[in-house]
Parts: sequence; C-alpha cells; structure tokens
Amino acid sequence: MSGTAVSTLDQAMSPAESRLSHRASRHIKEKIIESVLFLAALVSVFTTLGIVYILVSESVVFFSHVPLWDFLTDKQWTPLFDDAHFGIMVLLSGTLVSSGVALLVAIPLGTVIAVFLSEFAGPRLREIVKPMLELLSGVPTIVYGYFALLFVTPLLQRFMPELPGFNLLSAGLVMGIMIIPTVSSIAEDAMRAVPMNLREGSYAMGATRLQTALKVVVPAAFSGIMAAYILGISRAVGETMILAVAAGMQPNLTWNPLEPAATITAFIVQVALGDLPHGSVGYQTIFAAGLTLMLMTLVFNILGYWLRKKYREQY
Amino acid sequence: MADPKPALESLPLKAHAAGLNFHYGDFQALKNIDMPIYDKRVTALIGPSGCGKSTFLRCFNRMHDLYPGNRYEGEIRLHPDNVNLLDRAVDPIEVRMRLSMVFQKPNPFPKSIFENVAYGLRVRGINQRAVLEEKVEEALRSAALWNEAKDRLHEQAFNLSGGQQQRMCIARALATEPEILLFDEPTSALDPIATASIEELIAELKEKVTILIVTHNMQQAARVSDFTAYMYIGELIEYGWTDDIFIKPKHEQTEAYITGRFG
Ligand SMILES: Nc1ncnc2c1ncn2[C@@H]1O[C@H](COP(=O)(O)OP(=O)(O)OP(=O)(O)O)[C@@H](O)[C@H]1O
Ligand SMILES: [Mg+2]
Repeated sequence: MSGTAVSTLDQAMSPAESRLSHRASRHIKEKIIESVLFLAALVSVFTTLGIVYILVSESVVFFSHVPLWDFLTDKQWTPLFDDAHFGIMVLLSGTLVSSGVALLVAIPLGTVIAVFLSEFAGPRLREIVKPMLELLSGVPTIVYGYFALLFVTPLLQRFMPELPGFNLLSAGLVMGIMIIPTVSSIAEDAMRAVPMNLREGSYAMGATRLQTALKVVVPAAFSGIMAAYILGISRAVGETMILAVAAGMQPNLTWNPLEPAATITAFIVQVALGDLPHGSVGYQTIFAAGLTLMLMTLVFNILGYWLRKKYREQY
Repeated sequence: MADPKPALESLPLKAHAAGLNFHYGDFQALKNIDMPIYDKRVTALIGPSGCGKSTFLRCFNRMHDLYPGNRYEGEIRLHPDNVNLLDRAVDPIEVRMRLSMVFQKPNPFPKSIFENVAYGLRVRGINQRAVLEEKVEEALRSAALWNEAKDRLHEQAFNLSGGQQQRMCIARALATEPEILLFDEPTSALDPIATASIEELIAELKEKVTILIVTHNMQQAARVSDFTAYMYIGELIEYGWTDDIFIKPKHEQTEAYITGRFG
C-alpha cells in the first residue's frame, strides 16, 4: 500500500523536477534583466548625486569666501568687479518676476485649454489641436528668445514706448506661451483619467457640460492639475535661453517686469561662456547660483508631492 | 401591494414608452418597446446580461445624448403633461431636472457629503444656505443616512462605506424631488446588509416617487417591485404584476430565466 504510494510519488517527481529546473533558468534570466534595470536606475541616481556633490562642494568653497548672510541679503550682484558683491536676491528677483509673468500666462491658458480639450472638444478637433500644442513645446528655446526680442518687444513698445529693448515682460510672456503645452497636456491627462461614471452622475443631476467640468471633473483631477502647475513652475524657473536673449543680462534688483534684469540661469550661462579661471570666486558663484536654483525646484517638487498626497485622486 | 390587484386601467400612469427603438450607431439595442410605468409604483427590469435593461433605463433621462452616434425612435411620454421625453425639441437637461438616476457603482463627487447631496440644488441655482440645509437633511433622512452622516456632513464623501456612499447617492438623487427615480443595479456592488437597507428604502420611497429598477437579483425584483418587465435581446418579452410574472409567467422563457434555468 505504502510502496505504491511512494512509486507514484516518484513518478510524479520527475516532471515536477524538470519544471523546477525550467523555473530556475527563468529565474536567472529574470535576475539578469533585474540587474540591468537596476544598473540603469543606478546611473541616474549617481548622476544626480554627482551633480549635487559638485554643486555643494564648490558652493562650500564659495561660502568660505562669501558669508551666507551677505549672499542672502546683499542688494548688489557684482561678482566680477573689484568691489565684489554677491547678493543672490538680485538674480532671484529676475527669476521670480519672469516666472511670475510666465505663469500668469501659462496657468490660466493651460487650464482653459485642458478643460476645453478634455470636456468640450470632439475627438477630431482634439486630434488636430494636440499635435499643434506639442509642436509649440518642441520649438527650441533660442527661437522663442529671438521671437521675444524681435517681435514681442517691438509689439509691446507700440503701446509702451518707454519699454526698454530688453525686459522681463516680453521674455516672461513668451516663456508662458512655451509652457502652455506642458501645463495643458498634463492637466488634460489628469482630467481625462476621471472616470465617466462621475461625469454621468453629474449630468444625470441636470448639470451642464460646464458645470460638470468645473464642479466635478476639475476637483476630481485636482492633484494631477497641481502636478501640471508645479512642472510648469519648474520649467519657468529653470528656463535660460529666452531670458538670456530677451531680458538683458544686467543684474538688477527689481520687481518690475518692465525693466531688464538677469536671472539666475542667465547669469550662469553668461559666466560659463566667459573665460573665468577655474577656482576663482567669480567662477564659483555659478555653483552657488546653481545650488539656489536646485533648492528652489526642490521646494516646488516637495510642495507638489505634498499637494498630491493631500488631494489624492479620489474616484 | 393591494390584493386583490386593482385593474390596470384604473391606475394612474407616470410614463409610457411606445414604439421605442434605440440604436448605438448601427446596432439596434431596443426593439419596439411598449411599456407603461405606473405612478408611485416600482417597476423592475429583468433579463439576461446585454438584453438592453440599462439602455432602456438610460433613455428616460436621455443619458444617451452624451455620446455621439446614438439614436432614439418612438416615444416615452411623461405624465401628467404628456410630453415626449425623447422629442428632439425637449432639452435633455430639462428632462434630467425631473428624473434622477442612481448608478450601479456609487459615484460620490470629490466633495463633502453635504455638497454631494446639495449638488442638484446648486445646479438648479439654489444657493441659500438655509434652503440647502433643510433639503439636504430631508434627503439624507429619506435615504436613511441622516443619523450616520449628521455629524460628518462636511467630511469628504469618500470616507463613507460603500453602502453609505450608495445611500448618499440616493439622497443626492432625492434632494431635487424627482418625479421618477431610475436605479441601475443599485445594490450589485454592496453586501447583503447594505442591500437590505436599500431595498427597505425603495419600499418607503415608492410612497412618494415612481421607481424603475434594473436588477439581476430575482429575489430583489420579487421583494421590491409591483411590476416586472422581462427583456431579451432588446425586446420586451413579458410585462405584468410582479406576482403574476413570478408565479405564473405566460412565457416559458420568462419562467426559465426566473427560475435560473436560463441566462
Ligand atoms: N455604448 C455602446 N455602444 C454600442 N453598443 C452598446 C453600448 N452599450 C451597450 N451596448 C450593447 O447594447 C446591448 C444592451 O446593453 P445594456 O448595457 O443595455 O445591457 P444590460 O441589459 O444592461 O446588461 P447588464 O445586465 O450586463 O448590465 C448589449 O448588446 C451591449 O453590447
Ligand atoms: Mg446594465
């Protein structure tokens, strides 16, 4: 009785074993793939760490020459003068003003376009408009820069004759146009991900399309829309070329968009393109400026992360 | 249910579908449906999956207008004003102002419980706090949710359990005092206890409002409805008092479906 049981067990073992060895070879393959993917991930982690390391270590040298307090409070930015001043506020004001102008354009227009494409446009219209928007974000920023300098500024000067040739306003406006597709496409994706049964619930209550879009779809997609805004902000803060070309590169502590000013990014290209000796304080300023920029973007990303957690998509 | 049953002719009608055809593009999903809907009665729609129950229900509040390519023929007359709901000249939004719908899956909006229930009122331009508070309370009471919800009206509706969410959706549908309530399998996502509470609710609600309910649960149809309609592949096969349909159906197929030998 027990003998037969064992022999059947034996017979049962052999196919199971071959299945097992098959599993083992698959296991090895999976391990290889896994490690390749892991290495790829590692590359990006190391790149990020490398960037942070360089920014921080060079900034440490910089801050051993320039006190942090002066960096934050000085009202002048003249790193290359004999009487050097390192007030980052000067550059930060340019960055904030131009980004503010850009966001005043990109957030309202991007949101309206997203609502329109997601809730009102038919599939055919959407197929035409979306690639056109994507084209807008594919234009090299240097082209936008010259568009701002040679087209938008002269246009604005017709209404505001005293507007200088370099100014934050036209750079900001054009930057806003450039950012619209980023905001609109991510916000639209978030809205289209809202399930149909929520919309139907709203329509069934007698709501119009607009009421449904504004009272149900937008709140339901809130966190995705916030992510779109945060990405738009990051792009505005990090934009370089448009500002370098159209806003002038004079450091200028101002909150007035009608003035020319340098931004953090514009300063970095300016210095990086010049021939400053490595290791000079002037050269190290770009790392301090870069670190400031990175910290700003980090703050926005953390804000975005927090908002996303707070207002998770709930449907 | 009154027994002996009153003569059908003596019952007031709330709506009447006549010669109703419906097409999803080229596909005809409803074929020449004639069906009375009696006032302040519960009518259950039963039939195998894909037979067109939801399609029929969604004709009443013109949900099909939301998608391109859909086409209605025939009429659904709403009484007492005898207006054809499907008439092109009739604005679907006007129709939806008079009929409410509760969906299969609870679909709370990303708002507080209060704002969810007040939604239909706000959509109708009613914004006075006092009015809203009164109507929301009344609706939540009718939906047997008031006691559970009264201390958390301003919490997010998602925090409610599935059964509570569905009752909130019923409250939302009731707040606008609809003439007809359309239920599309309202308990299929709920556990037996939540289901029982919603069935009780339906029994109470029919004092005030006409109800049309799609269900796959034969016991449920037998328990809650006065009338039952059995549909099959887009056609209305049999319609009558629920008792009659469940005890002595005229069609063999109806009997087979009800007893679970078919479908
Ligand atoms: N949007 C649509 N486009 C095309 N055909 C559809 C659409 N919706 C439903 N149908 C078809 O219409 C028929 C009826 O569908 P309906 O959803 O009304 O069935 P149902 O009786 O509610 O089924 P269930 O019990 O599974 O919910 C089915 O054959 C279905 O495939
Ligand atoms: Mg259905």
